[in-house]
Amino acid sequence: MANWLNLAFQFLDSFAFIVLAAAGLAIIFGIMGVINLAHGEFILVGAYATTLAVKAVGLPLPAAMLAGAVVTAGFGLVVERTIISGAGPNWVWERLEPRLSAALPDQAAAVLPSGPLIEPLYDRLADSMVATFGLSLIMVQGARIVFGNSIDQVATPFGEVAYGAFSYSAYRLVLAGVSVALLGLVYYVFTYTDYGMRARAVIQDDRTARALGVNTERTYAATFALGSGLAGLTGALFAPVISMQPTLGSQFLVEAFVAVVVGGASVVLGTALSAAGLGAIESVFSNQYGTFFGRIALLLTAILALRFLPGGITGYIERVRKRRRRES
Amino acid sequence: MSDRSGLDRRSFLATGSALVGAAMAGCSGDGGDGGGNGDDGGTAGGTASSDETVKIGVLEDQSGNFALVGDPKHKASLLAIEEINADGGIDGKQIEPVTRDPQSDNQRYQELTREMIDDEEVDVLWAGYSSATREAIRPIINRNEQLYFYTTQYEGGVCDKTTFAVGPTARQQLGSVLPYLREEFGPEIYTVAADYNFGQLSADWVKVLANENDAEVIGEEFVPLKESSFGSTINRIQEADPDFVMSMLVGANHTAFYEQKASTGLDVPIGTSTAMAQGYEHRRLEPPAMANIYAGVNYMEEVPTDSNTRDGGFVDRYFEKYPDAPYLNEEAETNYFSTYMYKEAVEQAGTLEQPEVIEALESGISLGTERAPEAPEGETIELDGATHHVDHHMWVLRADEEHRIEAVENRKIPEQFLTETVGCDLREEAEQTQYTPVDFFEEAE
Repeated sequence: MANWLNLAFQFLDSFAFIVLAAAGLAIIFGIMGVINLAHGEFILVGAYATTLAVKAVGLPLPAAMLAGAVVTAGFGLVVERTIISGAGPNWVWERLEPRLSAALPDQAAAVLPSGPLIEPLYDRLADSMVATFGLSLIMVQGARIVFGNSIDQVATPFGEVAYGAFSYSAYRLVLAGVSVALLGLVYYVFTYTDYGMRARAVIQDDRTARALGVNTERTYAATFALGSGLAGLTGALFAPVISMQPTLGSQFLVEAFVAVVVGGASVVLGTALSAAGLGAIESVFSNQYGTFFGRIALLLTAILALRFLPGGITGYIERVRKRRRRES
Repeated sequence: MSDRSGLDRRSFLATGSALVGAAMAGCSGDGGDGGGNGDDGGTAGGTASSDETVKIGVLEDQSGNFALVGDPKHKASLLAIEEINADGGIDGKQIEPVTRDPQSDNQRYQELTREMIDDEEVDVLWAGYSSATREAIRPIINRNEQLYFYTTQYEGGVCDKTTFAVGPTARQQLGSVLPYLREEFGPEIYTVAADYNFGQLSADWVKVLANENDAEVIGEEFVPLKESSFGSTINRIQEADPDFVMSMLVGANHTAFYEQKASTGLDVPIGTSTAMAQGYEHRRLEPPAMANIYAGVNYMEEVPTDSNTRDGGFVDRYFEKYPDAPYLNEEAETNYFSTYMYKEAVEQAGTLEQPEVIEALESGISLGTERAPEAPEGETIELDGATHHVDHHMWVLRADEEHRIEAVENRKIPEQFLTETVGCDLREEAEQTQYTPVDFFEEAE
């Protein structure tokens, strides 16, 4: 009995970890076609903002967590405008370029780029990886220079749930609840709000969407901010239970990328199904054979999924649906 | 890639030469020629070590995964060098520190070790935090017969002609805390350790020591370094219900274990050779995460010896030089005293020639409490010439509910594995081997 409870708690723990690790990444990848290798560092921003809001500003923990998510969303917006879409630098260049070419001798002016400086990184997978990898390096080292090798940590709230010889941290159960609520919220946003409608239109065909009056640029910016905000929320929620140091984001990356690859194109359903599947596999193996084998089982599953379900779980579901439709 | 390392190197050069400059500024008063000038600290000048200066290479992590624990080592080396220079240098020669940031990257360590030996031609090298790093650069050290100090507490067993592994070994660290916990709490032990050579070998040592102290290891788990969720590990500890846990978890991700076990209400006593003394978890985490944890170590900032804690003592001097440093950790002290061991050996040998200096080191160097603050008043620590290891003064230090540190036991513990079990004598036979307990103890299999 007690061991079934252990298993159940471990499953909830893995499920919550995978959902929270992957949600922001899934949205940015699924909708914008941008692979954000700085995803872990967005989590870092959320975690540090939360911890500092408690330690330095004195906010209560829930308010600090909200602040962490909002700060990261804002940071994401800035990154989107400068690096991902290049709108900021391009705006500056548009104004600077005529003056520069007027001031410089003709030969020098001829080598100045005349169009926009930065082509947006939407749907340029490899390019977006290089750009965000660079961003991630800058952010890790930047955090180290500004805040040192670690910052003081906040304690985990809520105490424990005891059963028989065992106990479990109540906060980890709260995380599981939050992850389910988060999936519900994202589902609601993408199916019932105007923004969600526009975002899905942009995924399907951004040219047609633009022709029909959707401001695709604003949709992309909002989506990146939303994805960043979710990554920040993940950092905020895990701030009390992980070690506060500049490389903390890297421990989420394996789960995040595996979940997105296994889940496939659909953000909510893909993340939920892959988190449930991977969480079950990881918790059973780590419960029975230890943490090491839990990790091995997770990665083996990802390899098998890549081989046999190249479109992910939701890609497979889509294929089966299409076949049924054809047959009927 | 090359762009990136170029950039990092440049930014490091700025800080590196600033540090060197600061070190030199500290000793300019005594009218020495200043040793190396600050600029030289960063360029691959290729100058052979002249008769004027002693070139000491220091490769310790200032960024990457081990920066938290590696940076105090770097700082303590520079502190010792500054003090020695201010005091007239080694045999009248000023020390010129040559430092780089290996970024916790073993490949970078290999490149920089070659650079230190081939281009900088250092007289002696301090390098590396993890055992994996040491094993990555030891072949290069061996090929060049480079005098090398490895200063991290480690699993033990390295018997190598040019390597001086002067941190305490697992047998010394675990051998101080495990018998104490066996007496206090009972015979049943559960081991959790990091899943790489250090953790695996340390766990073997727990078995050997359990056997010697009439105790038993009832459970054992190895945790990958990337792991930061300990729910199932904590469940298994609760299921086994041991009298105490031995934890040899390593690195930033594993720190989460202590916070998670506290929030789960697991209050079993924990003995450790890795927590608190290196990464000062008792300062970084909110109490009571580290309550009831016992560290078996040669040094941490709170060690209550007079030479450590008094005004103008080791702790004072460190924080006077580095007011913003967060903590003075175990390995920092080892870097500090081993720099003085090197000084004594050079003065004894009367030359910088490495074979002669090694011979002088092998004659057995002993340091009192002023140079080795881990030793109480009137006691000494000794470099054992046969094994190139140090007979340390070991402390058992406990953190209470408020994370205050209290010394509950201390005694001198010699290196025993190489001396007694293996019979390594580098003065007789120039080996380059690492021995492991599995080859000598049945219970470690």
